[in-house]
Amino acid sequence: MYVYDQYDQKIVDERVAQFRDQTARFLAGKITEAQFLPLRLQNGLYLQRQAPMLRIAVPYGLMNSSQLRTLAAITRNYDKGYAHISTRQNVQLNWPMLEDVPDILAELATVQMHAIQTSGNCIRNTTTDQFAGVACDELEDPRPYCEIIRQWSTLHPEFAFLPRKFKIAVCGSTQDRAAIHHHDIGLDLVANAEGEIGLKVLAGGGLGRTPAIGAVVCEWLDKRHMLTYLEAILRVYNKHGRRDNKYKARIKILVKAMGIDAFRAAVEQEWAACKDGPTTVTDEEFDRASSFFGAPDYLPVDEAAANTALQMHCEREPIFGNWVKRNTQAHRVSGYRIVTVSLKATGYAPGDVTAEQLELLAKLSDLYSFGEIRSTHQQNLVLADVQTAQLYPLWQRLQAAGLATSNIGYLTDMICCPGGDYCSLANAKSLPVAAAIQSRFDNMDYVYDLGPLELNISGCMNACGHHHIGHIGILGVDKKGQEYYQVCLGGSQAKDASIGKILGPSFKQEDMPDVIDNILSTYVTLRLEEETFLDTYRRVGIEPFKEHVYAQPH
Amino acid sequence: MPSLIKHGRVVDNSWIAANPDSAAPAPNQILTLAQWQQQTDKMDSAVQLDAGEEPDVLVEHLQQIKLIVINFPVFTDGRGFSYARQLREDGYAGELRAGGHFIRDQLTYLSRCGFDAFQMADELDLEAALQSFEDFTEFYQAAVDQPLPLFRRRQDTPA
Repeated sequence: MYVYDQYDQKIVDERVAQFRDQTARFLAGKITEAQFLPLRLQNGLYLQRQAPMLRIAVPYGLMNSSQLRTLAAITRNYDKGYAHISTRQNVQLNWPMLEDVPDILAELATVQMHAIQTSGNCIRNTTTDQFAGVACDELEDPRPYCEIIRQWSTLHPEFAFLPRKFKIAVCGSTQDRAAIHHHDIGLDLVANAEGEIGLKVLAGGGLGRTPAIGAVVCEWLDKRHMLTYLEAILRVYNKHGRRDNKYKARIKILVKAMGIDAFRAAVEQEWAACKDGPTTVTDEEFDRASSFFGAPDYLPVDEAAANTALQMHCEREPIFGNWVKRNTQAHRVSGYRIVTVSLKATGYAPGDVTAEQLELLAKLSDLYSFGEIRSTHQQNLVLADVQTAQLYPLWQRLQAAGLATSNIGYLTDMICCPGGDYCSLANAKSLPVAAAIQSRFDNMDYVYDLGPLELNISGCMNACGHHHIGHIGILGVDKKGQEYYQVCLGGSQAKDASIGKILGPSFKQEDMPDVIDNILSTYVTLRLEEETFLDTYRRVGIEPFKEHVYAQPH
Repeated sequence: MPSLIKHGRVVDNSWIAANPDSAAPAPNQILTLAQWQQQTDKMDSAVQLDAGEEPDVLVEHLQQIKLIVINFPVFTDGRGFSYARQLREDGYAGELRAGGHFIRDQLTYLSRCGFDAFQMADELDLEAALQSFEDFTEFYQAAVDQPLPLFRRRQDTPA
């Protein structure tokens, strides 16, 4: 993983000092509330319902064990002993004190972490595939690209006061695990006719109030031009994006208003001025960035023997066998598996992880996965490089800590924002809905039989829970002061991206488990052999679901 | 009365503020874009751009203009950052002044984008504000103050 040198460290240290001074001036009344707002947001600090919320950046979801230990210590010393993994692969603390935040940031800086640009109208944390570098379907490792973008976007002087927030995601594999079609800019690493890897550039995707799928700005861009091209897009957006209405300020609105051809022409015109300039990425820089993401020292493994032993353990202990089947995936190196640690145990808020669990995971990552751990936008954690032969001891320890719920990719592995329990933007609570659905569907045989299913819950239009792109999406709405829930079906975050369609009038909280039950039983009745929920939905459309759900008394 | 930060120091402002209603602006008065466009002699002129008035219209005359003021209607409106950078990239070498509503915590970014003078509507203590120029001593990106991005300079440093 990337390691800071003197320059990176200096920039982060200077940022901490700057925010310490800004906080002191705010507390002394020398900065107004309105002036302090973007300053604190660009250091990850929200003022929320109960207490401030601090969002810590995890660049493209990569952490090491010492960072996990520091996070655990911070949650203990400054918070309530737990943290939350966000849908942007970041880590959130729900209970810090404003006065403590400069100290928290200083502690983070000692382990090469920060909270820069995790909020505010600026370029946010760049996200990517949680299986980068180990996935079997990968064309090229997206992480060096992400790191180059991270450095370019960090404290960019021109783009810190954009019309609205700006999110970039990079995908380097056949399957899209980074939802690039739903970002302000999506970069897809693709080969041209000569087999040379370059970037397909999408712009104008997004969720929120007006969900949109990104349009192609450039079919294939030489990777050397990545930053100058991004700079051109950002400049067009900064100059022309709407600033009169925050709900119409994202780049997706500009792209739609201009039309993709006029937008592309404007980008190309800006690009002509900076193309081939000093910001053109050099081969040396790609090499330097790539050098941090080389393969770890994989051991030669007797694969046949390891598989036989694994088989034996699986047969002897079916719960373990089930976990291997549901929560581990093929690795590009033989003898290794990718393990997803589920943070979706029934009874706990999706994505929450305690200080003790963080410390255990630090230890387990040191023992079994080269000291690295990844966060996912599905709000789980990943140990990416585990030897097949060590899956059993790893599972035993995860199991004992409540971290081995075998549900990855299934109904109960739902994405859920913190909602009205914590967030001051929310219209409705999301956590109790998630808990009620998890409790209702506690028969795992039924859950497995439903097949791969993404259920995403957001407590408001801002769509942090990505409800538009869940196969089933739930959105909390406010109806005359009452919390209601709207359901949409058929969203997808994969390369066949789609935006969910609203089922009909919204429902009361207590009806939600029944509503989901009706949707699922409709699917079970209608599905053809091997059809997933999404397949069936795409074949039959929304009507049969609508009829069945609204035929029931609610 | 000192009312301006220029080249890192607090100095007097020798220009009279733009006045859109003035029929006959004084020789040392900043012109609105509309007034400036009507003026035939652009030599040593001073012009103010408001948000939404893009600098493209000045390109032909950049060698003649002495002062360009980019006015910030609110400090969260970041269009002026792009305007400034574009003007410097187009070769403007005269005074580039940020005017209106911005805060001292933006001074580093503003100067990186090519501003060299700062007339702050909401800041009384300009001497104290100067400290904000010292916030950062290292940067990742190329900008007006540092034409090479860090990755091109880093290569020259032994690891």
